[in-house]
Amino acid sequence: MSKQVLLIEDEPNIIEAISFILSRDGWSVKTHSNGADAVDIVKERKPDVVILDVMLPGKSGYDILRELREDPENRGLPVLMLTARGQTKDREIAERAGCDAFMTKPFSNADVLETVRALAAK
Amino acid sequence: MSTLNLLVAVCTAYVFFLFFVAFVADRLALQGKKAWLRSPLIYTLSLSIYCTAWTFYGAVGSAARNGFEYLTIYLGPTLVMISWWWLLRKLIRIGRTQKITSIADLISSRYGKSSLLAAGVTILAVIGTTPYIALQLQSVTLSFSVFAGQSGGIDPQDKAGLALWLSLGLAVFTVLFGTRNLDAKERHDGVVMAIAVEAVVKLVALLSVGIFVVWGVSGGLTEALARIDASEFGEWHTDRGRWAGLIFLSAAAFLCLPRTFQVLVVENDDESHLRTASWAFPLYLCLISLFVVPIAVVGLDVMPEGSNPDLFVLTVPLALGENGLAMLSFLGGFSSATSMVIVAAIALSTMVSNHIVMPIWLQLRPSGASVSGDVRNAVLMARRISIVGVVMLGYLYYRMSSGGEALASIGLVAFCGLAQVLPAFIGGMFWRGATRLGAIAGLTAGFAIWLYTLYLPSFGVGTILPVSIVENGLFGLVWLKPDALFGISGMDQLMHALLWSMVFNVVSFVAVSLVTFPSPLERLQAAQFVNIFDHSTNAHSWSGGTAQTEDLMVMAQRILGSGEAQALFMRHARRQGARGNLPAPTPDFLEALERELGSSVGAATAHAMVGQITGGMAISVEDLMAVADETAQMLEYSARLKEQSEELSRTALELRNANQKLTRLSIQKDAFLSQISHELRTPMTSIRAFSEILRDTDQMTPDEQSRYASIIHDEAQRLTRLLDDLLDLSVVENGQVNLNLREGTLRDALDRAVSSAAIGEDGVRLEIERTPAKEDILLHTDLDRLSQVFINLIANARKYCDAKSPRLVIRVMQDADRVVVDFQDNGSGIAPEAVDMIFEKFARVSDQKAGGAGLGLAICRQVMTRLGGSVDYVPAARGATFRVVLPYRTALAAQ
Repeated sequence: MSKQVLLIEDEPNIIEAISFILSRDGWSVKTHSNGADAVDIVKERKPDVVILDVMLPGKSGYDILRELREDPENRGLPVLMLTARGQTKDREIAERAGCDAFMTKPFSNADVLETVRALAAK
Repeated sequence: MSTLNLLVAVCTAYVFFLFFVAFVADRLALQGKKAWLRSPLIYTLSLSIYCTAWTFYGAVGSAARNGFEYLTIYLGPTLVMISWWWLLRKLIRIGRTQKITSIADLISSRYGKSSLLAAGVTILAVIGTTPYIALQLQSVTLSFSVFAGQSGGIDPQDKAGLALWLSLGLAVFTVLFGTRNLDAKERHDGVVMAIAVEAVVKLVALLSVGIFVVWGVSGGLTEALARIDASEFGEWHTDRGRWAGLIFLSAAAFLCLPRTFQVLVVENDDESHLRTASWAFPLYLCLISLFVVPIAVVGLDVMPEGSNPDLFVLTVPLALGENGLAMLSFLGGFSSATSMVIVAAIALSTMVSNHIVMPIWLQLRPSGASVSGDVRNAVLMARRISIVGVVMLGYLYYRMSSGGEALASIGLVAFCGLAQVLPAFIGGMFWRGATRLGAIAGLTAGFAIWLYTLYLPSFGVGTILPVSIVENGLFGLVWLKPDALFGISGMDQLMHALLWSMVFNVVSFVAVSLVTFPSPLERLQAAQFVNIFDHSTNAHSWSGGTAQTEDLMVMAQRILGSGEAQALFMRHARRQGARGNLPAPTPDFLEALERELGSSVGAATAHAMVGQITGGMAISVEDLMAVADETAQMLEYSARLKEQSEELSRTALELRNANQKLTRLSIQKDAFLSQISHELRTPMTSIRAFSEILRDTDQMTPDEQSRYASIIHDEAQRLTRLLDDLLDLSVVENGQVNLNLREGTLRDALDRAVSSAAIGEDGVRLEIERTPAKEDILLHTDLDRLSQVFINLIANARKYCDAKSPRLVIRVMQDADRVVVDFQDNGSGIAPEAVDMIFEKFARVSDQKAGGAGLGLAICRQVMTRLGGSVDYVPAARGATFRVVLPYRTALAAQ
């Protein structure tokens, strides 16, 4: 069974692009585009890797990540954060919140693929 | 009933009548009916206190002996009254503002409240007045004996008893009505009214005798004049020097005699009364002297050789059998005598109690004057005792001199003595350079010479002055002979004394004043006196404060600053219910003032300062003023420092505010950049991702290829649009946009907007309802920008309206000064919590489905502001409603 990636992102075109890249590499890609119930979705789906956008409708990506880390079951869940705000302080906030990898949009497809593979192998 | 008993009865009745008048007047005054009690007429009549029994009887006597010389006694006061504007007005104003209670008080007050001067003048006044009181007693007893002489004579024992009873009666009257009021500064309405009545009695009596003499005895005016011509009057010559001297003397006496000063200044109620008195009092004097010569001439004719001309007023009617007229004349003389004694007693008792008894009493008291009621009662008691004392002194003098000839000339002698006050008095009012030591020197010199050359000799050679001195001079030095100082002999004794005493008085006064320096308090008082009209307003009552409070005020101003000091004094004045701004120096007020000063200069200094002004302390006012100046400087310096530190903290606050503003701006800028970054990176992410997919992926279906290419295309367009909007916003926000104003109708602008925005990219058409008839409004504005706003609103409705069949109503309304265009859709509207932010940059109501950057409404608002109108969300309406308002002048300008 292929490994599962949960993509939490609200921009339709970006969802389509990432889904395409990861599917071609053999990942099972699930998507979700609302921040409010994202934590529940993670707990329900139990993905191997989560790709999390920062700016989401309903709840910010940082809050979602903090909530996940409080949950013992998801303390070690590999999370890749994506953000369109490219400032240093955004990366710092993300790392403090407990992300495993952090990427600034626009990203290179190859980098995303490589990072997800690395996270899954951990 | 014998004549004597009748006389006693009449006198008693008359005295009771006076009691009644005084009592009624006091009652009326208490009830506040003071209007006529204090009229110019009463004031004028009360001035007639100047005319005593000595003038009543003595004027005729003087005329019989010395011809017209008696007129000088009336000319002096007349001159003083006529020149009221220069002298009396100022004197009364000073008396009023400084709360002067007597001539001694005036002198002492002017020269730095010197108690030595006050006591000196008081003693002088007592010495000068006592014989005068004795003279009044003598005239009454003499007139009694004249009456009694007709019916069997009167023995000396009876005479003395009569004088005693008279003295006692007058003392009782004076105590009752003169110390009735607790407040020494209040006027004695009852006494003044009684004096006014007596003035009328005097005048009527003398006029009646005069009329009787001219028409009843001489048989008419012409005959009377002929009789005068025939008498020795035509031959009497006037001695110019003596006349000038007598006029000067009587003028000085009018000002300086304690009793005239009392009615003229102390009892004065209104400065404006002077205006009336200035002509009415000379008129009174004129009337009272009118018949003096006829009476004298007829008296010389009718009466036997050797009879006393001083009693002609009484003896002529008696000799001619007019007993009723004689009785009236007697009452006139009695009135003159009693009113003089009463007022003199009041005036002297005030001086004696204030300047001699009270200072001694306060010295003797161990604890000092701490309780005000205590002191007040003591003052009253002192005054009562003084009154009795003064009257009794007069009685004793009368008994001792045993009614001898010496008394006859005592009037002028007393005048001369009191005239010694004049230089210090007038000098103090007009010359700021006059000093206390100068006044003391002048008074002492004048008084000594008067005593030596006039007063002591007046008792008769050998009585007090040994014969050797009178004949050989003091210490055997001839040039010190009392009647020929410096060897200048041959002068009339009175004129000799007047000349030398005045010369020495004035010279010492001026010389010593020039070489000595006044104390600060003296300087203050000098300015107050000399420039009285600059310092006071025309007060119609005794408002304002005492001199003491003013001094406290000057002191307080130096320490507290004038504003605060005035506020403090005003507060206390109001608390005390005083009418002016100065409170009375009550113990309460002094304590409060001391506390207030204490907070600035320390309690001990404050106590010393207040004590210095209110009681005597062993620190000079000069020292204290120096301390006060220093303190004021320090206070000023610290005030400056405080001011500077306040300025600094103000600057700091401004800087803090500026900093906060900058911080806020910086945060806003960060947020904005962050937003821009996000808005730009999002489409770029899609573009990059799909171009990499297209580049790197093999075996892609043509559908996929074209789909991904069109995503790239759309996102590129989105980026472009975003940049356009950003630039647009920046241009509009900075006000750099050039408005392309032209004319067109509102309908054209709406048409253009509808055609470009009603159909979306997806081809779905928004249904729009309009009322074209109402849209024909001519506008003069930037139609392109206006259309841009309309396009935005229509596009928003198309994008965000959540109704199943979206529909937009465009409604146009017009009122007096504006055109309103409403865009109302049939959706669910905007959530209330979101309404506040929809006009903010990058605000988007819903999720990403519209794909806008969230700048549309922000731009709309900026554009409408530039066009002079507005765009707002209208809450509470059905669906989402945006209202565009154009000012009417935009529309009107086109017409």
